[in-house]
Amino acid sequence: MIRRLETALEERTGSSSFLRATLRYVFPDHWSFLLGEIALYSFVVLIGTGTFLALFYSPSAAETTYHGGYEPLVGQQMTQAYASALHLSFDVPAGLLMRQTHHWAALVFVVAIVMHLMRIFFTGAFRKPRDLNYYVGLTMLLIAVLEGYLGYSLLDDLLSGMGLAIGYSTALSMPVLGASFATLVWDGQFPGSDAFFSRMFITHVFILPAVLAVLITIHLVMIARPHHTQFADPGHTERNVVGIPMWPGYALRSVGLLLSVAGALVLMGGLIQINPIWLWGPYHTYEATNGAQPDWYLGWLIGALRLVPAFDVTIGGYTLIPNPFWGGILFPLAVFGFLFAWPSIERRVRRDRRQHNLLERPRDVPFRTAVGAAVFTFVATVFFAGAADRAFVQLGVPYETQVWIYRGLAIVLPFVAYWVTRRVCEELRARELTFGTTSPVRRIRRGPGGGFSR
Amino acid sequence: MKGGRAELLVPALVAAAALAACGFVVVYVVDVDTQFLGLALGLSLLGLAAAAIVAGKALVPQEVVAEERPDFTDPDGRPGVEREARELDHVAAAGVEGISRRRLLGTAAGAAGAAVGAAIVVPIASLGPAVGDRLRESPWADGVSLVDENGLPVPASHLETGSFLTAFAEGSDPERLASSVVVVRVDPGELSLPPDRRDWAPEGIMAYSKICTHAGCAVNLFRSPLYPPRTPGPALVCPCHYSTFNVLDGGTVVFGPAGRPLPQLPLRIDSRGHLIAAGPLSGNVGPAWSGVRQS
Repeated sequence: MIRRLETALEERTGSSSFLRATLRYVFPDHWSFLLGEIALYSFVVLIGTGTFLALFYSPSAAETTYHGGYEPLVGQQMTQAYASALHLSFDVPAGLLMRQTHHWAALVFVVAIVMHLMRIFFTGAFRKPRDLNYYVGLTMLLIAVLEGYLGYSLLDDLLSGMGLAIGYSTALSMPVLGASFATLVWDGQFPGSDAFFSRMFITHVFILPAVLAVLITIHLVMIARPHHTQFADPGHTERNVVGIPMWPGYALRSVGLLLSVAGALVLMGGLIQINPIWLWGPYHTYEATNGAQPDWYLGWLIGALRLVPAFDVTIGGYTLIPNPFWGGILFPLAVFGFLFAWPSIERRVRRDRRQHNLLERPRDVPFRTAVGAAVFTFVATVFFAGAADRAFVQLGVPYETQVWIYRGLAIVLPFVAYWVTRRVCEELRARELTFGTTSPVRRIRRGPGGGFSR
Repeated sequence: MKGGRAELLVPALVAAAALAACGFVVVYVVDVDTQFLGLALGLSLLGLAAAAIVAGKALVPQEVVAEERPDFTDPDGRPGVEREARELDHVAAAGVEGISRRRLLGTAAGAAGAAVGAAIVVPIASLGPAVGDRLRESPWADGVSLVDENGLPVPASHLETGSFLTAFAEGSDPERLASSVVVVRVDPGELSLPPDRRDWAPEGIMAYSKICTHAGCAVNLFRSPLYPPRTPGPALVCPCHYSTFNVLDGGTVVFGPAGRPLPQLPLRIDSRGHLIAAGPLSGNVGPAWSGVRQS
């Protein structure tokens, strides 16, 4: 039966040899290699749940009066976008499950990408021949963050409207071009015209997912061609790849991971409330709420916007560079600029242009690990500064004091992290040299003739 | 795990998953409840996941294979890589062999590419209007009434010292950034407005644009201290990034990232006791852009 199918396929596509090679494709086994797969499977869940949501969402800023299943808002004026989001949350069977699962999947998607990036960075997997693919991955991270921002902006509740106001102000703060650019995107001054919601919608449900799908395909092909990297265990060399073949072992495990990710996300979507938009109410430009927090992957940007001191570049009483530019544009540009530039920086510093298929453990390259830890600490400090108002409510430390503390920490902590990481790496390596745990254990046998053999 | 136990466990897990999936359908038909739906579908998927993982780890043959990598990732750069590149170069060069005036052709193709590219990109400009004075437009002028959300005039007597409310320019779209103002009342004795704004605050009542000059959120917090010796003076605070504007001296920034003061609206009180604008706002409303006046 299967044989007949295979014959039929071979006669029509000539794909047998390709399929045979695919089934025997070897995956090295290490838990950290699953992070990228988790991102991929979250994307699958996002496409599935997102398609369902798109069947009910109405991308319109036209005013309407709410008459739905959520009593406290009945009779309120709101946009059709917000009303349709409420409708699918309260009146569409399983609608809330889909919306919450979609939101959780978006959060997990970006978590998985960032952790995957850290694995790639700290083990040197970005080195030639995989540097191009590393750039593809970074581009996908950028798009994923933008995609998530558009996703929760579409709902047009009070929180998402505040997020859009900040996004508009940040676009407006681009030197020279900002005003034209923001007016173009919003079709006028904020909050923009009705067309703006159609634009966000088509970008969120078609343009960016399509770009992501193409980039994911490129990413996977560019992994498969040189094969996976592997850690330098016994038997692993630069010229081979040791692991479990796709069929049957790895395929089953990977399907298991896909189902685990989907199952966990559906459980979270059903049991853990996220973004209860009915509590925030409809957005109006003249309304805001205290204690607003964005989705986690934008926390570093709100932190940066809050930490930057009041400072505009001005010429003779006119603004040249408005304040949001520093935290909202320059800061993320610098972080991504660092990440994009790192492979070439490292090639130069280490004078190493060779191909690498074996990974390095973080401790074995103290320089890279320490620089990475410093940059990560910087971004994390700014990230936590974004939640200083919540910390004020919880801990009572005055907000203004916290901002000053965070400004200091953002400058000092990266240096501390650099120094500590370097010391820890060197210490770990020194211990290994003492106890000889780096080289594999070898059994030496003494034969009957008195000689030694391995 | 022994293969024999796995052979029982895998079907058991698959059966449990099927049962949970049936549960999802039942909940959907009988009583749609988000928690039960999520629980049923989530457990069903996790059951299948467990079955697949147990099967992969214990049921099928366990093998570890070493596979050769393709030539081009060779760390020592075997001659194969060089040769492939050279052959590719031959093929590429063969396509243009015997053509003279290659540079002219290249230049023409480049120019055409740039022109067609520009023609494809230019329609993006249709997306929005030219900026022009769009960001500077404002409904406020001498004689415009302040109205509340329902369009009713705002009597000065509605404001007690230390309180605030939101008002809009009469006849304007309240969603327009320049329309909304926050009206506050302070003790007139505390005021230290610039000399040219002395008469902008009748009875200690002042109006400021409600849109933060930093990032466009609504400035909806009024910090009016009850115990002056311990806390700073009354100020308007934006909840997005905590830019703080002193209302006593004309909306200057006392804390936070905003680079420009909050524009102030000069007020007067008409014969019926209603609040009326006595002129336009003191500056451009909302977030800054290249070319906007600082104050």
